[in-house]
Amino acid sequence: MNADNEALLEDLLAGEHRALARVISKIENRAPGYRDLVSALYAHTGDASVVGITGSPGAGKSTLVDKLAEEYRDRGETVGIIAIDPSSPFTGGAVLGDRIRMASTVGDMDVFVRSMSARGTLGGLSTATADAVKAMDAFGKDRIIIETVGAGQNEIDIVRTADTVAVLVPPGSGDDVQTLKAGILEIADVFVVNKADRPGADRTVQELREMIELDSGGGFGGGGHHGADATSDQSGTAVSTREATEDEPSDRWTTPIVETVATDGTGVETFIDELAAHQSHLVDSGTHAEKARQRYAEEIRTLLREDVHAMLESELERAGGIDDLADAVHRGETDPYTIAGDVLEPVRSCLGELETDRDE
Amino acid sequence: MSSEQEQESIRCLVAKVGLDGHDRGAHVIARAFRDAGFEVIYSGLHKAPEEIVQAAVQEDVDVLGISILSGAHDTLVPKIMDGLEEYGAKDDTLVLVGGVIPDEDRPELEEAGVSAIFGPGTSIEETIEFVRENAPDR
Repeated sequence: MNADNEALLEDLLAGEHRALARVISKIENRAPGYRDLVSALYAHTGDASVVGITGSPGAGKSTLVDKLAEEYRDRGETVGIIAIDPSSPFTGGAVLGDRIRMASTVGDMDVFVRSMSARGTLGGLSTATADAVKAMDAFGKDRIIIETVGAGQNEIDIVRTADTVAVLVPPGSGDDVQTLKAGILEIADVFVVNKADRPGADRTVQELREMIELDSGGGFGGGGHHGADATSDQSGTAVSTREATEDEPSDRWTTPIVETVATDGTGVETFIDELAAHQSHLVDSGTHAEKARQRYAEEIRTLLREDVHAMLESELERAGGIDDLADAVHRGETDPYTIAGDVLEPVRSCLGELETDRDE
Repeated sequence: MSSEQEQESIRCLVAKVGLDGHDRGAHVIARAFRDAGFEVIYSGLHKAPEEIVQAAVQEDVDVLGISILSGAHDTLVPKIMDGLEEYGAKDDTLVLVGGVIPDEDRPELEEAGVSAIFGPGTSIEETIEFVRENAPDR
């Protein structure tokens, strides 16, 4: 690690807010040496509990996060908040406006709010978010809250960083078919029907309750295994957790539904209790360690994908740039599949040679 | 490592401080900055100087744009500058003031560390150009 980053890390560990802010910027910018910095952070992490808050735009995420932070502070805990907002696909610019709604805790430096824009693509955001969480954890924050963009399916990637995921469902968010669809509802450890004072709230709670009951097999948060994690070949463990359900009810997590009115703080204490219940469930059932392992596996995969992606980009440059290749397809001279094969050929043969070396 | 492509983006805090309740100008500038490719954090109305300082430090902004029309700039702006200094953020934050600032008040603000003052009639392009040229290189 270079001397600048060395000093920065020292200041961060000493509790200097400016250093934490600067480290997060380096992570976001992928500034030179940021990887060494994040690697060094790992040794100091593991104490914070991480909650992800997601839900459709306008569901009241920021306001609820604000009240959550206030309640944690009242209990004497320090809080880090990462609020993610969308960025323009055209200019890359962004207006990050969630901070405005976090008014209960202004002037209190022990609530560290950081706005992030969804800049970049291909998992870049989730890596940056996960790394920023590491920075806040190493800094010594007790609670870290990630508030997502609120757009939909790609939220799933981001909330994987969290131990506990709360999904906000505003009243009147569609008919009951919505609750059958795959995606964002599946990742919930806790459902929050916010704006519960509005008409239609009871019906929304009822629809969610039916959905949870339908899920008799234990898919929803069953033992902490999210549908979204199904790709991580954990099905074996998930099944055995489910079988234990009958004998050991504590091993099965039933997604609770909490009703809140974030604007006046109604239900926030119950919400915190449910979050705490989920955290202790994770620890008691042994899924906490399992989740952490999955998360590290996912981080490794993401990093590798990013690196390979970057190598491919430079390989593409060498092959004359993507525009020329696209033109060639347009002229009917070749097709994307042939190009992909050609560009990858040297990589494939290199790996092949490596394998031969190993065999010898 | 080739994957470490820098993705730097100019980060700005557009801040309304004090009792002044007119934020159309702040909205216009926030939107224009966004369209220029900057990342803009908008403070919302009626913020105290310490709230602005907290946001500027935590968000690690390159640029702090203070919009003020109430005439209280000569008390509020220096308070913000002092706050930035306290957190070691004064030297590498470009501070701009926009709004109605009488000529005789300008030297004092500049002395406090404000880099530029944009009065009524300043074009948006001019402001963006100024930010691009003067945003601190970190």
